[in-house]
Amino acid sequence: MATTAAQPVITPQMRAEIEAFFPRYPTRQAVTLPALHIINEHLRCVPEGAIPELAQMLELSPAQVYDTLSFYQFFKSKPCGKVRAWVCRSISCSLRGGEEVLEALAGKLGVAPGETTSDGKVTLEFGECLGLCDFAPAMLANEAVYKNMTVDQAAALATQLKQQADAR
Amino acid sequence: MADFEPVLLANIHKQDSHTLPVYQAGGGYQAIRKVLSGMSPNDVIELIKASSLRGRGGAGFPCGLKWSFLPKDHPGPIYMCVNADESEPATFNNRILMEQDPHQVLEGIMIGCFATRAQAAYIYVRYEYPTAYRRLQAAIDECRAAGLLGKNIQGSGFNLEIYLHRGAAAYICGEETGLIESLEGKRAWPRIKPPFPAIEGAFRKPTVVNNIETLSNVPHIVNRGVEWFKSIGVPSTNPKDPGSYGPKLYCISGHVNNPCCVELPLGVTARELIDRHGGGVWKGRKAKAVIPGGLSMGLLTEKELDIPLDFAGPGKVGCLGLGTAAVTVMDETVPIIDYLYNASRFFAHESCGQCTPCREGTSWASRVIARIKAGQGRLKDLEILQSISQSIGIMPGTTICGLADGAAWPLKNALSKFRGELEEYIKTTNPTGYSQDEPALALVELTH
Repeated sequence: MATTAAQPVITPQMRAEIEAFFPRYPTRQAVTLPALHIINEHLRCVPEGAIPELAQMLELSPAQVYDTLSFYQFFKSKPCGKVRAWVCRSISCSLRGGEEVLEALAGKLGVAPGETTSDGKVTLEFGECLGLCDFAPAMLANEAVYKNMTVDQAAALATQLKQQADAR
Repeated sequence: MADFEPVLLANIHKQDSHTLPVYQAGGGYQAIRKVLSGMSPNDVIELIKASSLRGRGGAGFPCGLKWSFLPKDHPGPIYMCVNADESEPATFNNRILMEQDPHQVLEGIMIGCFATRAQAAYIYVRYEYPTAYRRLQAAIDECRAAGLLGKNIQGSGFNLEIYLHRGAAAYICGEETGLIESLEGKRAWPRIKPPFPAIEGAFRKPTVVNNIETLSNVPHIVNRGVEWFKSIGVPSTNPKDPGSYGPKLYCISGHVNNPCCVELPLGVTARELIDRHGGGVWKGRKAKAVIPGGLSMGLLTEKELDIPLDFAGPGKVGCLGLGTAAVTVMDETVPIIDYLYNASRFFAHESCGQCTPCREGTSWASRVIARIKAGQGRLKDLEILQSISQSIGIMPGTTICGLADGAAWPLKNALSKFRGELEEYIKTTNPTGYSQDEPALALVELTH
């Protein structure tokens, strides 16, 4: 009995979005980061199966794609939550309680930093300086900015993050 | 001192300041029209050279001189890379420029590309700036529709495309050759120089790399002239010093009542920034230590807050430099070991791993500091930290890029300016073991 070929990870829509970047650069390899972002936005991760497919599109060895992918720890191989939230832990936020907020928020969400809630809604991470020092301590959740957070707000922030995920 | 009339931030409080109609209503795109209608690329380079505009990204290299390094007779293509990977801890001025006045940024890029004969510019925007990314893209789209980008701009024969390139949360991409490697789709490992990007940069072609704030100054110099620009800031004191001219965006964060970004002439003091613009140290406390220009630059003590924050000032009191002019205040309750813990953790996390002295040095320093913080420090650990701080970086000649110098400076300054406090901390928290040399306790494992 013939085995069915596995479905490709990179869908025709992703492929079209990636190809739209080709004319912008003199090399195909330069499309690596844009392509990884496109895959990541569709799948909330870059699964291993995408690597050889992308390599073929970009006329690279899978090792070259993997080398770049693995350098940027931003891209995960397993799906992140619908909302990916980074609480800044760098100096300006840390001085104003950012690390305590991260800990309290982790407690309310029932995860350690780097983990995703069991309902798949929120991935909580630490960030290095988000450039929001005028609103410290701050958090970036997908594209939403949470400003001047306090530990007392942790429960409310956890709820807001879940609502943000539901709205997505 | 009379209040300074903002130049770079003149538009940001206007309604819809990020849109083309508002930018043009305020005089926007007059500078590029002036350039296209009567100046040669060399005229523009000479103008920017004469203005003594220095790079605002950290290194302070003269912008016009950098542009003049690009070959004049190259068949092309020539590229511009715009460094919008603002990631130096405590720095957010480029974010404000891109979010609130993206057309000012684009006009600076257009003039820079005209001067260097670049026909494509890539703006490398850090991932953490989604609003800046969207606003820049919208501004680029507006320009294309208005005939300010594309082929034969304003009938001048000048062609330019500007593309956004999104980063992926890596500090090293702010190093110019790391940025180029990342743009090319590779890991962001900085390149050995020479060749400098002006000769062989992106895609092995001549490339100019400029910072967002630097380029934002350019339209104003074209509009108002060199004399105006050089009337602001701190004049050169000797022929070898290019001076510190023009307006600068200072970020103020940490333990102040009013964290903010303020535009002032180069050369304001940290004390004035804190007291007059940052609303003073919070909770009625005193400043203990102040970071003068982003985490990499080291520390000022309270007594050093009156030095001018121009390109030369911080170096006179042992700091690495002006850096990004991002001032961070730590009040008198902050243990210096906590500052060192935060700083060393950052650099260990962000070291790209290419050069062994940086990869190992930042990681060891971070773990030794974590051990001290946990109450298991020895006085000998301060010697170890000293030795690391003196052996990693471009200055001792052991690394390819300056990340390690930036990691070394917080150590150096803390050890020289706050050594008594660190020794006291070690003795108090580890009364039975502080003088022990061997064996050392196990290092703390880094979990990130």
